[in-house]
Amino acid sequence: MVPISWYLTLSAAIFSVGVYGFLTRRNVILMFLSLELMLNAANLNLVALGHYMGDLRGPILTFFVIAVAAAEAAIGLGLVVALFRNRRTVYADELTELKG
Amino acid sequence: MTVQQILFFYFATVIVLLSLGAVTMRNSVYSVLMVLAMFFHMAGIYLTLNAEFLAAVQVVVYAGAVLVLYLFVVFLVNLKQEARITRFVKHPALGGVMAGALFLMLLFAFGSFSLGPQGAWPVAAIEEATFTRALAMELFTRYLLPFEVVGLILLIAVVGGIVLAKREESQEGAGRETAGSSITRGEA
Repeated sequence: MVPISWYLTLSAAIFSVGVYGFLTRRNVILMFLSLELMLNAANLNLVALGHYMGDLRGPILTFFVIAVAAAEAAIGLGLVVALFRNRRTVYADELTELKG
Repeated sequence: MTVQQILFFYFATVIVLLSLGAVTMRNSVYSVLMVLAMFFHMAGIYLTLNAEFLAAVQVVVYAGAVLVLYLFVVFLVNLKQEARITRFVKHPALGGVMAGALFLMLLFAFGSFSLGPQGAWPVAAIEEATFTRALAMELFTRYLLPFEVVGLILLIAVVGGIVLAKREESQEGAGRETAGSSITRGEA
């Protein structure tokens, strides 16, 4: 039997890697990819807790998270395509129009 | 050490290495492919938790649909200079420190974690009904309204994605320069 703390530790590790990627990468697409890593870490936590607590609310929430993540990817990547078409760049630190 | 623990170690090691590789890789196509492999291992982890339906959804939706969309966009905006220019922001060490501190803080918090009371679906009940059936029974009775709302969210996302990525008719003849210059004119 695998202790639940292992799953929680793995989930924390994936989430931290996602945070690192989100904070450090310049490419907007890779920032979105880091976001997917973080969502997956949360999903893993939900499924593991649902399994160990004998409840299906965790897996059901995971199901909804996957659906919302698919929606987020469609909208986010649509934004990236629109951004690239207008500004010819996908680097977050070059988008400074709102700075004034 | 049991078979389950060996499997968990294999999946956990590969997942952590692949995600670290994905966020540090120079070529974004390699990053997306690494996340693809990582999602397959994530499905394996779900299998060790008896969540076979979610493992299938992970492979079909995440690896099959979402990651392919990412790959298309990476190809679409494929920048030849990607391999030469810097891939990190000005101070990547700061982000590393913050992520590391977050990890240590979470590990510290897990020390005082204890499981709550057992819910309505213990492992034996799920194994008897099979996971997919149990999930469907909950999903289509108690969680029917959220399920419908999620369907609406997906519809809005599809419409929004099309509207965002669609080329506007008025810009068709004028070309790409006008799109850039209209913003410059706005600044002036």
